Amino acid sequence: MNESGPFHLGEDPMTPPAPRGVGHLRGDESFQTAARLALANSQLRRNIGKATGTIRAKRADVVGEVDDWEELREAGRALKASTMARLPELLTQLEDQVTAAGGTVHWARDAVEANTIVADVVRATGSDEVVKVKSMATQEIGLNEALADAGITAIETDLAELIVQLGDDAPSHILVPAIHRNRAEIREIFLRKMPGVDADLTDEPRRLAMAARAHLRRKFLSARVGVSGANFAVAETGTLSVVESEGNGRMCLTLPETLITVMGIEKLVPTWQDLEVFLQLLPRSSTGERMNPYTSMWTGVHPGDGPQEVHLVLLDNGRTAALADEVGRQALHCIRCSACLNVCPVYERTGGHAYGSVYPGPIGAILSPLLTGVEDNASLPFASSLCGACYDVCPVKINIPEVLVHLRARHVEERRATRIVPNAEELAMAAAGWVMADPRRYAAAQRAARPGRILAGGRDRIRALPPPLSAWTASRDAPKPPTETFRDWWVRTRGGAGGTA
Amino acid sequence: MRIALFATCLADTMFPDVAKATVRLLERLGHEVVFPLEQTCCGQMHVNTGYQREALPLVRRYVDVFEPFDAIVAPSGSCVGSIRHQHATVARNFGDDAVAERAEALAARSFELSELLVDVLGVVDVDAHFPHRVTYHPTCHSLRMLRVGDRPLQLLRAVAGIDLVELPAADECCGFGGTFAMKNADTSTAMLADKMHNVLATHAEFCSASDSSCLMHIGGGLSRLRTGVRTVHLAQILAGTENQPWEVPA
Amino acid sequence: MSSREEVLARIRAALGDDAGAHVDVARDYARERADAPTGDALLDLLDERLVDYRAHVRRATTDDLADAVAQAVRDGLEGSDAESEPRIVVPSGLPADWTSAIDGDVVIDDGLSVDVLDRCDGVVTAAAVAVAETGTIVLDGSPDQGRRAITLVPDLHVCVVAADQIVTSVPEGVARLDPTRPLTWISGPSATSDIELNRVEGVHGPRTLQVVLVAD
Repeated sequence: MNESGPFHLGEDPMTPPAPRGVGHLRGDESFQTAARLALANSQLRRNIGKATGTIRAKRADVVGEVDDWEELREAGRALKASTMARLPELLTQLEDQVTAAGGTVHWARDAVEANTIVADVVRATGSDEVVKVKSMATQEIGLNEALADAGITAIETDLAELIVQLGDDAPSHILVPAIHRNRAEIREIFLRKMPGVDADLTDEPRRLAMAARAHLRRKFLSARVGVSGANFAVAETGTLSVVESEGNGRMCLTLPETLITVMGIEKLVPTWQDLEVFLQLLPRSSTGERMNPYTSMWTGVHPGDGPQEVHLVLLDNGRTAALADEVGRQALHCIRCSACLNVCPVYERTGGHAYGSVYPGPIGAILSPLLTGVEDNASLPFASSLCGACYDVCPVKINIPEVLVHLRARHVEERRATRIVPNAEELAMAAAGWVMADPRRYAAAQRAARPGRILAGGRDRIRALPPPLSAWTASRDAPKPPTETFRDWWVRTRGGAGGTA
Repeated sequence: MRIALFATCLADTMFPDVAKATVRLLERLGHEVVFPLEQTCCGQMHVNTGYQREALPLVRRYVDVFEPFDAIVAPSGSCVGSIRHQHATVARNFGDDAVAERAEALAARSFELSELLVDVLGVVDVDAHFPHRVTYHPTCHSLRMLRVGDRPLQLLRAVAGIDLVELPAADECCGFGGTFAMKNADTSTAMLADKMHNVLATHAEFCSASDSSCLMHIGGGLSRLRTGVRTVHLAQILAGTENQPWEVPA
Repeated sequence: MSSREEVLARIRAALGDDAGAHVDVARDYARERADAPTGDALLDLLDERLVDYRAHVRRATTDDLADAVAQAVRDGLEGSDAESEPRIVVPSGLPADWTSAIDGDVVIDDGLSVDVLDRCDGVVTAAAVAVAETGTIVLDGSPDQGRRAITLVPDLHVCVVAADQIVTSVPEGVARLDPTRPLTWISGPSATSDIELNRVEGVHGPRTLQVVLVAD
């Protein structure tokens, strides 16, 4: 009998979590607290409700036209599971291929090391400015702030990231980071923060997009260093890819002399052929398109075409800690499509900021605690009603509800192992467990609950319960306990013949 | 056939009418219902709140009590969901592979009410009579853990006198989520508000579902706002006939 | 221990006994569609899907290709300052007769600077593969397609796709491509949906995509 269960208590020095004090994986407050503020923001709720509703419908349409969608999902899941099991071999294969094609591969234990590597490469080029393609990995490690500390300006070139950067804001969605802003707010940000912007700018989306085009055009044409993430890396060939829509990615990947790509170690696929699965799963799940406008693929340095100095930074930053969790490791299969955000009833109402991490929504509720250690994001596994909508849409079949339940147990076991005095919840759960474990105690407790009828006064329902149950009656009436339980009714009417086999 | 009733702790303690209705319905259809008094709770609340250690004795109890039966029914999608998808995992997590294997075998014989009726007993029309305007909330665990599909709606469509109206955004969660409703009470309430909005838009007299917990949540909100819309379990609708109506208390 | 050695050691520790475990990958999704369209139907599907994502499509034969390309350039620049006397860049390996009917300045790319490219009004290239189902054209940097910058900086891209380059599905497209080449998958013009999820065509890449489908 394994007494601790599979719940990996404490930090394993062999697989440390992402370090504190750098990057954006931990919020300042619990989900519950942050959500309360978000729920009261009617503008935010309208913006997010409209956007998630739109994209949900688009996704459903383009997924519906693929006959072999379930087979593709299963292949995507299996390919990622296979990749995780063979990670050391595949990563070194990738390294060999990229190096053979003229690229340079760096390994980073964590955010601090990755940031230092990127800053050093930029410094060596003599440039003090980089243009960036939207990348979750570089947001996760706080690269822009680290570069600023090193005297290097990072310019976000994705329209939404630009809106977020100019607005001195934080991204709230994986795919469309400015989803919490509407056109009027974006116009306001551009007028205030975009140098040389046309003062007659309207809030028409086309006009706003063209303002961003004009603003960034010079930057692209003069940039000497580009920084990107990667959607997929092919171990077999050393090919990296970026999937995007606006062409800002192509600009950053093609025009600068130096390209630095920061990629989590889990972003691998084994073979070139495997892309045939993911290039179908990702766009349809993500933007709800049959294919995104632009996908770039490059393998090291291509003489006479694009950057002639190409770097790849392979990032751990808590990924091996996630990999060590046998149930949780499936979170590393995530291809960052954000379909789970768009169907999540919790995300739809709170938005992304409440999650405190660059990874919001259902996937964030499991990925962030897995990367940081559960106790550093202890409220996130509970930020779900376990409705299961996320699992249904996940293109690589990550069983998010299963991992949420598992991480909740990890949290409870962790507390149990480190605290001497149990809190009220732990006492209540232990008491309930003790009562339910024995039918005599259970029946006695049922009878003991009956005086609760008095709380209803003369009414059919209870309007106010004492704490902590007052959390229930703050917004809902509670049922009045019946005069007779079913068990008592059965015994009374059937003479106690409980029935045996 | 002989069917063991797992009443669930919530229905047993707080909503005995739901379990009584299940008994009346199955007996009317000519089946023998037994209620093993040794039963307590499936442990779902413990598992979903992180207390798997406390759930383990409840899993063992469920297995011990119900193993002798060929078919077990519970009037709750989420409890059956826990039995089918969590019991073996909990046992295995604490190294009890023997109970895990027994739990897996038992899970295959444990049914939510609409599954039992449609798949095992092969009935859709149960001679029920319920002359009211009803909208049906399919509940997350019935839909996405058990995949009951439209079985409850098949049963409801066959009910005489019913005016069944489609619930907008029916597949969206009502916001209950067990202890989620307490731990994230604000978010839960925001979800409930939208669910109630959709229920009210149907102008139904009753909102029905196959889970007393979701109904407790939705009904608690509808009652708080004095909407006059009542909740009713699927079993209660199916239990009443023209000659012997099932009275749903206010 | 180097970072490399340490990260690899961590992965091995994390995987434990699961390291190297074999996972079956069932490739029972459709790699080739049993009912895949052929001939005109395949062309029609690509045409429809390209148009769906706001590319402009015209059909041509080998004989009238030059006229079709010239017309695509005129249409693509209609209403812009470059309408008369446009400056069109072409990759060095593009057949010269394809662009012979263009009324304007045709510049062969021999490593033009970005600033010069920025002053070009359009680009004409061939393609490597087209995927009909998704309305996608893939460029692979061959001499008739050129380096990536020339199809990125000018505002109009005229792309000539031959019938035998069209496949039905993404798996067939992937199989035809050489991963050691620089690849650009293009599905319609550049677009953003970042503002209230309203699709706006034409942000940083070419704002107009004109496709000429050649079938004899």
